[in-house]
Amino acid sequence: MSLLINGSTVQLPEHVSTVSDVILHFFTDRPVVIVEHNGEIIDKASHPTREVTDGDKLEFVHFVGGG
Amino acid sequence: MLTIGEKSFQSHLLLGTGKYPNVDMQKQAVAVSETNILTFSVRRMDIYEPSQPNLLEKIDIQNYDLLPNTAGAYTAKEAVRTAKLANASGLCDMIKVEVIGDKKTLLPDPVETLKATEELLKEGFTVLPYTSDDVVLARKLEELGAHAIMPGASPIGSGQGIINPLNLSFIIEQSNVPIIVDAGIGSPKDAVYAMELGADGILLNTAVSGAADPVKMAEAMKLAVQTGRLGYEAGRIPIKRCATASSPQEGISV
Repeated sequence: MSLLINGSTVQLPEHVSTVSDVILHFFTDRPVVIVEHNGEIIDKASHPTREVTDGDKLEFVHFVGGG
Repeated sequence: MLTIGEKSFQSHLLLGTGKYPNVDMQKQAVAVSETNILTFSVRRMDIYEPSQPNLLEKIDIQNYDLLPNTAGAYTAKEAVRTAKLANASGLCDMIKVEVIGDKKTLLPDPVETLKATEELLKEGFTVLPYTSDDVVLARKLEELGAHAIMPGASPIGSGQGIINPLNLSFIIEQSNVPIIVDAGIGSPKDAVYAMELGADGILLNTAVSGAADPVKMAEAMKLAVQTGRLGYEAGRIPIKRCATASSPQEGISV
């Protein structure tokens, strides 16, 4: 499956099917990952059930230092 | 106490979390500042770097209220999106609206700041717009319903301190919501000065994170904000042109 994640086209294995799967594929034990899926900001509770399909666009953001 | 929207805070100092030499120093600086509110930015994660440091891992966020900013936005639309992303963390409902209108000075775009503030208030956010020291703009932001107004003391990160105390004092006098002086604070004297003018709070970052000893400066800023507030509440003496003796003029032994 091919996804556009944070502006990069990325190939993912077949077992990846939800937003949570994608997060786990890239990051282990991230406390805060904020996700936008195909232009829609989704809440954390829906990460495990939100399905991703070939060609989807994802944005992963988090908090960084700032003033 | 500093009251913003529904919440009250013991500390009048809001601390930014950017540009510390390292995360341990940042953690210590945050602790000694005794701040209740921390600011953050929202940025893309690096999907190819799973071990990237996340500030929230080092700081026990249960002890703080988080004030994410919309830094990086040049339009109201971008600021609103960033605010919604921050809110989707489930960790905060406050937002510092920061819509930059000029890359050289980082001064805010007044029109887009107003638009973003209006939109986010409709969405139910607790909105704290970063603004210039424009008196009329501050009034208009308050009229929209902004929960606090955050005029800059001088350009972001410049350390120039309070360059227009007159405008700041006008804003403070006219406002019924907290005025938090944001941006440009360079040293503790600037924080004292702003608080003595009657500001309700100070938001600073570089003055601490860029100091030679950020932890010591965090403590100095804590004390400066407290000192300025006490001085404001105590009411300073009028400035007179000529001397007035402190000691009795009678009974001098000759």
